Amino acid sequence: MRYFEDLTVGTVWPLGTHTFTAEDIKRFATAFDPQPFHVDEAAAERSHFGRLCASGWHTVSIWMRLNVLNMQRMAQEMQAAGEPLARKGPSPGFEDLKWLKPVHAGDAVTYETEIAARRPSRSRPGWGLVTLRNSGRNQRGELVLTFQSHVFVEMRAAEPTAEADEALADQ
Amino acid sequence: MSVLHFEDFETGQVYPFGPHAMSRPEIIAFAAEFDPQPFHMDEAAGAESLLGGLGASGWHTAAVMMRMIHSAFLHRTASMGGPGIDSLKWLRPVRPGDVLSGRSIVIEARPSASRPDRGFVRFRNEVVNGRGELVLVVENPIIIERRTAG
Repeated sequence: MRYFEDLTVGTVWPLGTHTFTAEDIKRFATAFDPQPFHVDEAAAERSHFGRLCASGWHTVSIWMRLNVLNMQRMAQEMQAAGEPLARKGPSPGFEDLKWLKPVHAGDAVTYETEIAARRPSRSRPGWGLVTLRNSGRNQRGELVLTFQSHVFVEMRAAEPTAEADEALADQ
Repeated sequence: MSVLHFEDFETGQVYPFGPHAMSRPEIIAFAAEFDPQPFHMDEAAGAESLLGGLGASGWHTAAVMMRMIHSAFLHRTASMGGPGIDSLKWLRPVRPGDVLSGRSIVIEARPSASRPDRGFVRFRNEVVNGRGELVLVVENPIIIERRTAG
């Protein structure tokens, strides 16, 4: 991970594409979200979805997988270039997650993350809080999901707290 | 088994859910597939991180909450799915052995303005660990069929 100071608002990271198979959709949903339209083709056809579709939790979990793999790729490139790596902390949460269209078996979703905002953390000195704007589009270019998430990123050096005091409380 | 429809949900109702014990193999398996960060898969890496020890992926905790809600009442609700999540807060790490449980509180129930066959029920879902500490709070609407179209 780049240090907090080196992250620029507006930077876009393409995360790659994931194809949802019927088998994967049913396996995830059987474990975590066994509503009929996520686990049973015939029941899905009778539902308003018309066809088997992935649990929304599955579609965002795949965003997380591709996001982590992208971070790890970037870290490897930085290490190869001899650059020091910043630590990345846990996420305090997210908001405004919208599942805009169903993701059906066979759909290929291309995910993207943009740095939307950044500020020093008030509760954790030496760390910054970065807001990410995340999205996924299907193979027809239609947005299937959008949300905003937050993550702690280590600072190169602790900043004065005046700016942090004016900032909103950490989530 | 009676099926719950939109008309059955009223602001202030509380639906308890759980428990679910988070096992170490389950935490590591979920992380390996969906959130392969070292602090979700390795004790030593967890100890060095802000989590202060191996902790479950937050996405795993959220998925387990969904499962508990399904088992508690969603399986007998005329659910049409959820349009999204208004907010989700991960408040504390979830450790191997933690027994999760919680409750869904109805915070709003309103009929759809455009479609007479359904309504939106908004929940505040609280997940606690075995010590009663909040680990996850999620606010989200679910679209539920009406028994009689309004």
